[in-house]
Amino acid sequence: MNTLTPPTFEWLQLAPVLVVLLAACAGILIEALVPRGWRFLAQIVLFEVAVAAAFVLLVLSWRLPADSVGLMAMGSISLDGPTYLMWGSLLVFGLLSLLVFSERDLNNGATAFAASAASVPGSPAEAEAIAAHHEHSEVFPLAMFSLAGMMVFVAANDLLTAFVALEVMSLPLYLLSGMARKRRLLSQEAALKYFLLGALSSAFFLFGVALVYGFSGSFQLSAINDAILDPVYGSGLLYTGMALMAIGLLFKIGAVPFHNWVPDVYVGAPTPVTGFMAICTKLAAVGATVRVFYVAFGAERWSWQPLLATVAVITMALGVVVALTQTDIKRLLAYSSISHAGFILVAIVGATVATSGQVNSFGSILFYLIAYGFATVAAFAIITMVRDPAGEVHAISGWAGLGRKNPLLAGIFAVLMLSFAGIPLTGGFIGKWAVFSAAWRGGYSWLVLAAVAFSLVAAYVYLRVIVLMFFAEPAVGVSIGRASGMTWVPIGLGALASAYLGLFPGPLLDLVTSASTFLR
Amino acid sequence: MTFPWLTFLGLVPLVGAGVLCLPIKQIARGVGMVFALLTAVIGIGVTVLYLGGAPLAERAPWIPAFGAWWAVGLDGMALVMVLLTVALVPVVLLAEWKVQGVGRWSSQVFFALVLALESLSLFVFMAEDVLLFYLFFEATLIPMYFLIGGFGGPRRAYAAVKFLLFSLAGGLIMMASVIGLYVWSVRLTGTPTYLLSELAELDLGTNIGRWLMVGFLLAFIVKAPMVPVHTWLPTATEQSTPGTSVLLVGILDKIGTFGMIRFCLGLFPEASQWVAPVMVVLALVSIIYGAVAAIGSTNLLRLVAYTSISHFGFMVLGIYTFTSAGISGSIFYMLNHGFSTAALFLVIGFLITRRGSALVTAYGGVQKVAPVLTGFFLMAGLSGLALPGMSSFVSEFMVLAGTWSRQPGVAAVATLGTVLAAVYILLMFQRTMTGPVTEATATHFTTDATAREKWVAAPLIAVILLLGFLPNLALGVIEPTAQQTMTQVGVADPVAPLGEEAK
Repeated sequence: MNTLTPPTFEWLQLAPVLVVLLAACAGILIEALVPRGWRFLAQIVLFEVAVAAAFVLLVLSWRLPADSVGLMAMGSISLDGPTYLMWGSLLVFGLLSLLVFSERDLNNGATAFAASAASVPGSPAEAEAIAAHHEHSEVFPLAMFSLAGMMVFVAANDLLTAFVALEVMSLPLYLLSGMARKRRLLSQEAALKYFLLGALSSAFFLFGVALVYGFSGSFQLSAINDAILDPVYGSGLLYTGMALMAIGLLFKIGAVPFHNWVPDVYVGAPTPVTGFMAICTKLAAVGATVRVFYVAFGAERWSWQPLLATVAVITMALGVVVALTQTDIKRLLAYSSISHAGFILVAIVGATVATSGQVNSFGSILFYLIAYGFATVAAFAIITMVRDPAGEVHAISGWAGLGRKNPLLAGIFAVLMLSFAGIPLTGGFIGKWAVFSAAWRGGYSWLVLAAVAFSLVAAYVYLRVIVLMFFAEPAVGVSIGRASGMTWVPIGLGALASAYLGLFPGPLLDLVTSASTFLR
Repeated sequence: MTFPWLTFLGLVPLVGAGVLCLPIKQIARGVGMVFALLTAVIGIGVTVLYLGGAPLAERAPWIPAFGAWWAVGLDGMALVMVLLTVALVPVVLLAEWKVQGVGRWSSQVFFALVLALESLSLFVFMAEDVLLFYLFFEATLIPMYFLIGGFGGPRRAYAAVKFLLFSLAGGLIMMASVIGLYVWSVRLTGTPTYLLSELAELDLGTNIGRWLMVGFLLAFIVKAPMVPVHTWLPTATEQSTPGTSVLLVGILDKIGTFGMIRFCLGLFPEASQWVAPVMVVLALVSIIYGAVAAIGSTNLLRLVAYTSISHFGFMVLGIYTFTSAGISGSIFYMLNHGFSTAALFLVIGFLITRRGSALVTAYGGVQKVAPVLTGFFLMAGLSGLALPGMSSFVSEFMVLAGTWSRQPGVAAVATLGTVLAAVYILLMFQRTMTGPVTEATATHFTTDATAREKWVAAPLIAVILLLGFLPNLALGVIEPTAQQTMTQVGVADPVAPLGEEAK
């Protein structure tokens, strides 16, 4: 008779995720136990301490002499170089975007979130909540749950864990999207759209997981790889499953043709949440995609590379071309984020394996995401600051002449735009360079040429904003809100990092390329 | 480790630009000028060191994963371009002392942007690493974009965007080639490298070499600019201030011809010979088209832009006929054209500040009311048409002589360009300066050249004359580079007495 082996759990190595999860649970307790007046402060202190502690634990466990790398939690979490790097970036960007959540100076002492999300917009109940200065400090635990889900998603070594993580990461985001204080109907519509489409894409993903399980008999990524090398069943199940899983993942990345939710949700969601989604969701989704496709389907790369290459081309094309016609800054950044998804896919397609001291696919993707992340966090933080009496000004025409009203802020925004456009001396340029060279080394020189062409169109998109900010007559009635350090820290850090990564990318590039081998 | 003179030289104006970001409105222009002059002095110091044979090259790892180095160094051509840059910037600042943009675009911003541009351009010329060069090549676009867009005519925003898009298009094509170099350096040697000296050793093979070369060349053709991708230049010069135009045409556009010699010829000798016939034809088209368009121009600033397109045709012709006389002449031409266009643009700028218009028809009989300005204008113009005694004559003759020794027919067509040059310069002079004093001229030209304006024009014209009579001052530095380029390409001069006489 078999004896039961107790499940093992590597507490220390997995501590970063646990800390974030525990902090999220503690946040719920705060909502229940702490008096209303203290909740907000308590939540801020909690998430700041928790994320910082998680980061320290991450570094500590990475520096462990032994056992820092391996399959953890009964093989469901793969703790390897990419996981550590992804976790580190998620924590940094999570912290920066959560800081923007807690800005209250811009809105007469209220956050960007609805006073009472459950009340009907325009109803007496809402007015009452506003008058009583109620606010939803639950947004912090929600975001922390989402962050924990992202961290598990990028590290998941079996498809079931990946699916659970996907849901843990997505559900709080659906909720957060619907909580804007201004333009509440738009926000609720966006949340519903995001939820319905997101649920559909999750269903696709789950269906794909089931079919791949049918093919390989296992959820483990390495076992799927083994099954591909030594197949028992025909590959029909595999291809269908792979395609369905790709739909679920590409939806989260925001790649065409699964991008439709991006512009609406980016516009409707409260701007701090948009910033959080724009970078953290993308990081997590790209991280998981790379892991699934490289580790589980690596042996089948010849069958998915052409397909992803096509998706990359249409994603870049649609992203940049549609961005040209936008008149709303958040929509513009939404389409820009779609086009960036395309540029990232270019490197994923390349699938260049790690060689010491050279750029490879994962390293270049992560560098690109980090450079994009710093610029994104700062850009959305700046959007929260450009205001008129009705709230944030999203019409690009309202941004006219910003350079005259506040040269510093407009200058920073220009630097961020240049980084998005990939102009040298910014992190965005080095990122572009890295993903293009990874793709070329993977034998996709035609894809690089296409990407270069789309980069030019993209440059024009961002240039238009700079022209407007600096060379147009100032728009009437628009002013720059006085923000606290909660907004200025992400802006300052984002701008500095964008410039620093453009001038001295060496250390970070070495780091991301040296630890880019996936555990199988 | 010796003192990093070259990095120091490049950083001084950047520091100056940084200082100008401080709120020092009262003394901003003075501070800017001090930094520009300081850079010029350091530039001269570096020249002395270079001529003394001191080791100036610097090399430090920058992005190991890309094989990119912080590698700066000088050769004859780079030195000449560095000197041109450090000399023109103080002159431009002096000429634009009273520049005023719209709104917040003050003279302080102008000075800061010019200094930033100077720093980036110096690094472009000194870079000995392809990625470093590319980085600064693209980065120069940003200050220039703001210089055009912030200061100048009513359609300056359009001109700035047009300039930037053309340049970015060229730059992005080049980026593909730069990445290609990385990929192939890894494939061929196993370790990535961007050092010019190491890349020149690679044997890329005919096909790959040609493709990569085309990427570089397209960027340089847009930059130089050559017909048919020249249209951004007249727009830009027409809408920007004359000082900006000097920096644009005198310095930035030289990166095009500079790059052709250093990167196209230096890295891809076989491919450069393969493409030479096309380039010669393009050069001829530019020479003739530029000259004809200049004759037809009604706007003085556009006119000068078109003459420059014609002159860039000569430079490219000198490069792609592969003779030491032609290449030396071409490099010398880059230097001379910088000074003579600067003189022309700036003197026209003085005319425009008085008359308030850049149209040829707005002038007439200026020589009677402003004889000194007219004198400057004439000298600048004569330098533009390459009159013997002017430095541009020497370089133009060398280019033509070099071309003649290989392709007499081409040289004959190119000579037509010199005749047309006389037409456009003299016609312009006649229409604006001679004849009866028009009413508008009489009312607007109340003063002749001021002391500041004399200090701007006189040094430029002095340099033009000095190099005209003593061309060996510059040629002595340039010729070793030309010889080295010839060796890299692997061609020898055709045995023809004319090539010798040209020296």
